[in-house]
Amino acid sequence: MKSIFQVSRNSKMSRKNQWIAVALAMSMTAISGCKKSANTVNGISQNNNSAAGDVIKLGEVGSMTGSEATFGTSTHQGILLAVKIINAAGGVKGKQFSVTSLDDQGKPEEAATAVTKLINQNNVSAILGEVASSRSLAMAPIAQQNKVLMITPSSTNPKVTEQGDHIFRVCFIDPFQGTVMAKFATETLKLKKVAILRDVKNDYSVGLANYFKETFVKAGGTIVVDQSYSAGDIDFKSQLTAIRAKAPEAIFVPGYYTEVGLIGRQARELGLKVPLMGGDGWDSPKLKEIGGAAMDGSYFSNHYSEEDKSPVVQDFISKYKADYGVVPDGLAAMGYDAVVILADAMKRAPTLNTEDVRKALLATRDFPGVTGKININDKRDAVKSAVVLKVENGVFKYQTTVNP
Amino acid sequence: MLEFIQHLVNGLSVGSIYALIALGYTMVFGILQLINFAHGDVYMLGAFIGMYCARYFRLADNPSLGALLIAILFAMVGCAAVGYLIERLAYRPLRKSPRINVLITAVGVSLFLEFSGQLLFGSDPKFFPQIYRPSGDWSIGELRINPLQVIAFGISITLMTILQYIIFKTRLGRAMRAVSFNHDYASLMGIPTNQVISCTFMLGSALAGAAGVLVGLTYPKIEPLMGVMPGLKAFVAAVLGGIGNVTGAVVGAITLGLAEEMLVGYWAPTYRDALAFAILILILLFKPTGLFGSKRTEKV
Repeated sequence: MKSIFQVSRNSKMSRKNQWIAVALAMSMTAISGCKKSANTVNGISQNNNSAAGDVIKLGEVGSMTGSEATFGTSTHQGILLAVKIINAAGGVKGKQFSVTSLDDQGKPEEAATAVTKLINQNNVSAILGEVASSRSLAMAPIAQQNKVLMITPSSTNPKVTEQGDHIFRVCFIDPFQGTVMAKFATETLKLKKVAILRDVKNDYSVGLANYFKETFVKAGGTIVVDQSYSAGDIDFKSQLTAIRAKAPEAIFVPGYYTEVGLIGRQARELGLKVPLMGGDGWDSPKLKEIGGAAMDGSYFSNHYSEEDKSPVVQDFISKYKADYGVVPDGLAAMGYDAVVILADAMKRAPTLNTEDVRKALLATRDFPGVTGKININDKRDAVKSAVVLKVENGVFKYQTTVNP
Repeated sequence: MLEFIQHLVNGLSVGSIYALIALGYTMVFGILQLINFAHGDVYMLGAFIGMYCARYFRLADNPSLGALLIAILFAMVGCAAVGYLIERLAYRPLRKSPRINVLITAVGVSLFLEFSGQLLFGSDPKFFPQIYRPSGDWSIGELRINPLQVIAFGISITLMTILQYIIFKTRLGRAMRAVSFNHDYASLMGIPTNQVISCTFMLGSALAGAAGVLVGLTYPKIEPLMGVMPGLKAFVAAVLGGIGNVTGAVVGAITLGLAEEMLVGYWAPTYRDALAFAILILILLFKPTGLFGSKRTEKV
C-alpha cells in the first residue's frame, strides 16, 4: 500500500520538479549567453564623449581566450601600447585613436561575427587582426565586402591578403617562412632527412609544411615521412612512433605552441632526441611551460628577436616592459607594428578616407618597424627579414637573420 | 616488430584512460538506462580539481607517488560530490518522466559544466603541475615505456578491480545490480533505490576524476573543453563493449585505444576521431548489444 501511495506522490512531485529543471536549463542558457557578451566587450574603454569628429575608431579581433590565448593577449597589449604612444604624441591629423577589442575565443566563426559587429555597430574605420590565418581568412571577405581596411599583424598564410584589395598584412608570408627554415636546415644544420608533423585543421600549418617541403626537397633533402595531427589532440605518440621508425635528423612541426609543447615532450619520452623545427606559431611563453626541457635545442623562425640591439627594438621593449612587466614576444611586436604602420599611412594620406589610406599603405617603403624594415608590396604583403631562434634552457636565443 | 610493440604500449595506455571514463557511462546506463552526457565534463573537472589541489598543497615542489595519490584522492572525492549533485539536482526530479527529457537534460548539464568551466577556469589551456616524475625511461632496445604511463595504467587497473569487487562482492553492489534489474521490485524488497543510484553516480564520477588527474599528469595541458572528445569516445567504448556491462566497457575501451593507435600509426592519422564514430555506427547496425551485451527483453 505504502509504495503505491509513494508512486502517485512521486509523479506529482516530478511535475513540479520538471518546471524546476526547465528553469534551470533556461538560466543555464542565460549564463552561457552572458559569458559571450561579457567577453566580447573588453579592451580599453571607449568613452561615449568621443564625438565622431575627433577620433579614429579602430576595431581589433583577437583570441583573448581559447587555446591560442597568448596570441590574442600579446597582440592586444602591443596594439594598446602603440595606440597609447601615438595618442600621447598628438594622434594622427589631430585625431586620437580609439580601439574596440572583441574576443573570438580562437574560433573562425566567432571572428566572422566579431568583424561584422565592428563594422556595422561600431563603425570602425580599420580592423586589426587576427593572428591565426584560419581566423583571418574568415574575417577578410567580410571586411573586403564592406570596403573596410583590415590589417592582420601576423597571419602568414598567403591566401589571407588574396581575399581582396583592402586586406593588408605587416608580417612576411609562409612561402618565405618555409624557405627560411628549409634553408636553415640544409645550410646551417646540414640536415638531409627531415620528418614533417603538420596540423591538418590549420591553414597556417598546412601551408607552412608545404612550402618547407618544396624548398627542402629542391635543396637536395628528403622528407622521410609526412605525418599529421588535428588541433586539440593530446596524444601524438602514434605519429611520433611512426616518425621514429624512419630515423629523421629533425622534425618540422609547424603548429601552434599548445600542441608543439606536448609533441616535444612525447618525442623525448619515445627517445627521439633530434631537434624540432617550426614557425612563428611557437612564439609563446606557454611553449616553455608545456614543453619544459623537452623543447631545448629546437629551432623556429620568428618576426623579431628581443636580443636585437637596434634602438627601435630596445625602445619598444623598455616601454612594453614598463607597461606590462614582461618582455614582449613576437606577436606583441607585430601588433605594435600593425598600428604604427597604419598611423604612418594615415599621416601620409591626403585625407582619412579609406581609399586614400589604402593607397598610402600600399606606398609604405622601408618603414623602420620593431620587426624590421617593412615594405608593402603590390600584393599587400610585407616584405621583410625573418629571424631564426633556438630554444635554450627555456630562453629563445637569436641564431641568424634571413633576408628575403 | 618493435614499432608494433611500441604502438601496442601506447594504445594500451590510451585505452586504459578511456576505460576509466567508460565505466562511469556503463554503470549509470546499466542502472538508469540513461546516457549521462555530462560524464566527460566530470572528467574535466577531475583534472582541474587535481590541478588546484596540486597548486594549493604545492605538490609540484616535492614530486612523489604520494603527491599523485593525494591529487587523485581529492579529484575523486570532488568528482563524487559533483556526480551526486548532478544526479540529485538534474536527474532525480525527472526520474518518472519520459526518457527523452532526461537525455536532453544530460546534454544541458554537459553544456552547463563546459561553459561554467570556461567562466571559472578561463578557456585557455592550463599547465598541469608535474606532481610525479618517475626517474628515467624504461627502455628495451628501441622500445620506450614511460614509467608514468605504466603507473597510470596500474592505477587504472587497480581502480577497476576495486570497482569489480564493489559490484560483485558487497551489499552495495548487490543492491546496484538489483536496482539495475528492476527499480520497483528492488524498492519493494526494501532497497533504498535513490541512495543506490546516488552511489552509482558517485562511483562513476570518482573514476572519471581519477582519469582526469592521470591524463593531466601524462599530457600536461588541460582546458575546460578537454572532456568532450574523450567523453564521446568513452561512450563509444561502452557501446562497443555492450553498454551496461562493466567488463565490456573495459574491453571496449582498450580495443578502441589500440584501434586508434594502429590507425594513426600505420594508415591515416587524420581519421583518428572519425574511427570512434565509424565503430559506433557499425556496432549499432550489426550488433547493437555490443560485444558483451546480452539481449534484454524490454520491460514495460
